[in-house]
Amino acid sequence: MTDIGSFKVKTGLAEMLKGGVIMDVTTPEQAIIAEEAGACAVMALERVPSDIRAEGGVARMADPSIIKNIMEVVSIPVMAKARIGHFVEARILEALGADYIDESEVLTPADDSYHINKHDFKVPFVCGCRNLGEALRRIGEGAAMIRTKGEPGTGNVVEAVRHMRTVMSEMRALTLMPQEELMTAAKDMGAPYDLVLYVAEHGKLPVVNFAAGGIATPADAALMMQLGVDGIFVGSGIFKSGDPKARAKAIVMATTHYKDAKLLAEISKDLGQPMSGIEISTLTESQRMQERGW
Amino acid sequence: MKKRVGVLALQGAFREHRQVLEKLGCDVTEVRRTSDLDGIQGLIIPGGESTTIGKLLIIDEMGERIKELGAKDMPIFGTCAGMILLSKTIVDSDQYRLNLMDTVVERNAFGRQVASFETDLQVPALGVNPLRAVFIRAPYLKEVAPNVGILAEYNGKIVFVRQGNLLASAFHPELTPDNRVHQYFLNMIDEH
Repeated sequence: MTDIGSFKVKTGLAEMLKGGVIMDVTTPEQAIIAEEAGACAVMALERVPSDIRAEGGVARMADPSIIKNIMEVVSIPVMAKARIGHFVEARILEALGADYIDESEVLTPADDSYHINKHDFKVPFVCGCRNLGEALRRIGEGAAMIRTKGEPGTGNVVEAVRHMRTVMSEMRALTLMPQEELMTAAKDMGAPYDLVLYVAEHGKLPVVNFAAGGIATPADAALMMQLGVDGIFVGSGIFKSGDPKARAKAIVMATTHYKDAKLLAEISKDLGQPMSGIEISTLTESQRMQERGW
Repeated sequence: MKKRVGVLALQGAFREHRQVLEKLGCDVTEVRRTSDLDGIQGLIIPGGESTTIGKLLIIDEMGERIKELGAKDMPIFGTCAGMILLSKTIVDSDQYRLNLMDTVVERNAFGRQVASFETDLQVPALGVNPLRAVFIRAPYLKEVAPNVGILAEYNGKIVFVRQGNLLASAFHPELTPDNRVHQYFLNMIDEH
């Protein structure tokens, strides 16, 4: 029996992306630079997160022609973002042939109570999380891949680190709990019970988990890999830096050789200016993208 | 003596191959630098992005060293991206490759991710029970030279082949609990 769009097939692509770097791009030229640098996929966008911050207004799904043009020039998978809860944007992206949809808090949410029912789609979804309960709710809704939210467009890795450490320590705690405590744990974190049982037994998520939000240097990428993520999303960190080509290549190498400090020292040399960045404590609550998602 | 098998660990699903090989009683080396190739008896090139893995193979001349080992008859098994990297000809692409197998490979040949699928394959070399095969943005072989043995086809398309010490599949045997493909590869190391 042949089966298209099964959960195995949806999670399978995320498995193949592991150990790799997914780069935000806004033009075909940037997509080619990303592929040349060794990106394992690109995320097609109208504006990178730091521009969304700078320009304000409502951030939506990219124009389909931007996505089409990018799909035409690269052979690696092309992802695209839909607003939280905007299942029609997601249907459009699926119809265009996007390889993965990111239901993303970087865009202005379309629904402030409900996320997309991702089981309903053949195309796989990636969703953001700040803690284990949020990760398991997204997987319960059908997400085939998870990423930390971090704080996009800031060039500051501190939130991605916080989110990854939180997920990891909450998973470790579940593995040590006696069976009778797991239902209360599920209630307290607002997570589906069957998925809580899965994590308690296996000590890991049932899907691939990437780092995102604030990664700006090869050292940031290697740090996230050492904290236990499966791969890296980089947005503004590359194309808002002084030398995107060199930086993109260096971040790819750092993600592969994340434990090799000597090599990381070599890779980190002479990359030009990193993006200037934003100190997160200067953001008001409404400016914090990580607060979006329910 | 345990077999020492390398899994190329530059990018992709190398952990899954490692787990299967360990289950089958091998010592596994994750190959990231050229020196990691020393002392291995066989090498698996995992699924992932063939362009990404190709870029990383150029560094340290690791690809050239793998080519030498393949030409000296060390068994090498490529899955999906690995099949692309082993082929001499890649349709419409000048990307880096190891150039070892007399095959013509077409990338993303079944379409984009929404067309990815799993199916039951008949593989006579592995016995009568069908093999559950997962195809993710998979390639297939458009043409193979007469010295390439075809182990399986899907809808008339060549998806599993062997050429001497080289084995290549368009699908991902590491994503299913059936270990017969890996066992077949380990038997190739024994024959060697």
